[in-house]
Amino acid sequence: MPNGTTTADEAMKGPQGVAREPLVLNNRSMNWITERICGVVENRQPLLWWVLFLPSLALAGLLAFCLVYLVSTGVGVWGNNQPVAWGWAITNFVFWIGIGHAGTLISAILFLMRQRWRTSINRAAEAMTLFAVMCAGIFPVFHVGRFWMAWFLAPIPNANAIWQNFKSPLLWDVFAVSTYFIVSVIFWYLGLVPDLATIRDRCKPGIKKLLYGMFALGWRGGNRHWRHYEMGYLLLAALSTPLVLSVHSVVSFDFATSVVPGWHTTIFPPYFVAGAIFGGFAMVLTLMIPARAIYGLQDLITHKHVDNMAKIILLTGSIVGYAYIMELFIAWYGGNKFESDAFHMRILSGPYTTYYYCMFFCNVISPQIFWFRWARHNLWVVMAVCMCVNAGMWFERFVIIVTTLARDFVPGAWGFYKATWVEKSTFLGTFGFFLMCFLLFLRFLPVIAVGEVKGVLPESNPHHGDDEH
Amino acid sequence: MNGTATATAKPPFGYLAEFESVRAVYKAAEKVRDAGFKHWDVHSPFPIHGMDEAMGLGRSVLSWLVFFGGATGALTAFILQGFTQIALYPTIVQGKPANLNTIPAFFPVIFELTILFSAFTVLFGIMGLNQLPRLNHPLFSSKNFCRFSDDGFFIVIEGRDSKFSKEKTKAFLEEIGAKEVELVEDDA
Repeated sequence: MPNGTTTADEAMKGPQGVAREPLVLNNRSMNWITERICGVVENRQPLLWWVLFLPSLALAGLLAFCLVYLVSTGVGVWGNNQPVAWGWAITNFVFWIGIGHAGTLISAILFLMRQRWRTSINRAAEAMTLFAVMCAGIFPVFHVGRFWMAWFLAPIPNANAIWQNFKSPLLWDVFAVSTYFIVSVIFWYLGLVPDLATIRDRCKPGIKKLLYGMFALGWRGGNRHWRHYEMGYLLLAALSTPLVLSVHSVVSFDFATSVVPGWHTTIFPPYFVAGAIFGGFAMVLTLMIPARAIYGLQDLITHKHVDNMAKIILLTGSIVGYAYIMELFIAWYGGNKFESDAFHMRILSGPYTTYYYCMFFCNVISPQIFWFRWARHNLWVVMAVCMCVNAGMWFERFVIIVTTLARDFVPGAWGFYKATWVEKSTFLGTFGFFLMCFLLFLRFLPVIAVGEVKGVLPESNPHHGDDEH
Repeated sequence: MNGTATATAKPPFGYLAEFESVRAVYKAAEKVRDAGFKHWDVHSPFPIHGMDEAMGLGRSVLSWLVFFGGATGALTAFILQGFTQIALYPTIVQGKPANLNTIPAFFPVIFELTILFSAFTVLFGIMGLNQLPRLNHPLFSSKNFCRFSDDGFFIVIEGRDSKFSKEKTKAFLEEIGAKEVELVEDDA
């Protein structure tokens, strides 16, 4: 929310006084911004909202059904067993938790770097983070088998007075993911407070005004309040930045601290973090490109935003590609027989090589088209690449988990894993749940940070129009 | 809605003055500061860059609170892990020691709880320092004030300020460029 050190007028001009592309197009007024963004919440939803919402709701119902079926029947309805004990459940967990990372990157890291274009996408990206982390959380909780004993994960002694093993990366994961979720909620909510006040002030007296008013905490926008608020927002951004890097690093420790060939590598933390940001940005674009068209937000979420995000996808996709190739190189160069065999089976002779090539194409080859400006400016191309990346990042986690576990040291212990319909439907169901949450967010909360966008208008600079500029 | 019943001796909450633009309210704030008022504020839809200096406010104390919040988190995590893993219930697995050499394995959880406690301190610190939530406030009785969250820029000078006077303050606000000045009663 706070203004950067660069004043708006300076930001409008480049270093040589060259005019930069404005962040909000067509010289929109502050009132227009309020009307347009709050209008999404206040007006009737377009038919398309219902067309998307009802199937999402149905899929979320499928998720609930699958989980009830799993618990009531027994863990055998999932296909995972020895040697592939993790299967789709952990693949999906890592997939969803990674998606969340883009939201925090946009809200925290781009904020610290004074990237003012973040203002019109950070709200939706943060919401996406929360919903993705919720989807992620479902999998480990049910993967423990007796999910009513999932409270054993909490830092309290269990029924036999045994404490958790704090030296285990799996427990670090519990702390990392739950901290990540709570801090993301706080960050998101704090950003929402002034905008909830905006909606409150526009409502007619009634239950709606009461509810928005309660969550707006009686916000009055006084500068004596903004002073602490801006400091708090800055601190949260500074805290979230190392947090987001730590979360996927800790997730990668689940693999890297084991001695399984194919997992036991030091490249995992940076490789996982880059992959998470990569997959997350693809999901942000997947959601925002349709949303801006449906609600007419093209003046706020401009081609500049899409262009910047496409560049980040290109960068992180290339980092991920480097990591893939480096893994192969080290498997050969490291001279460890088990490691080189693991990768040999991963790319040439194993049962899951198709997955590897799908992953490689989707994550490394497909984003390379973003070197070209026309591709970044053609929304169909951008959407197609994002869909590839969404799929590719799932393949990546599948390759890491399943191909590695299916064939480790002793051929006698090798196995083949195939997901059952229950696992597949559960995963499909989480997409329904995710979309349902996002659509409800669009319906009830301001999709763009109203106050923040006003803050980047040229007339929001107190020295706008002074003669010295 | 205020005019009729509150004809008693109760002093008004203060004057609410609306300004044309960010620039106007910024220039006016500097003048209010120089005139020596203490109980006043600028209300705007977004934080105005440089307004803290224009109002003569210092740096927020919140960062100190968060420092101690984070330190509490780190200490909590250290004690929780050290006490349970070394003293209360040493888990001897994976060839990892259960003594002082275990400490490096505690770093991830120490880090996470530092962040968690700091984030909670930010949230409750902001609410505490700003005295929020406060759902009822005299300013909400002004019909005009609700535009602060849209595109209105306001300066409020409160009645409890020692320099406040019903006539002079109004004239002062008009002189420094207020578009409209409204008296807000204290009906709380």
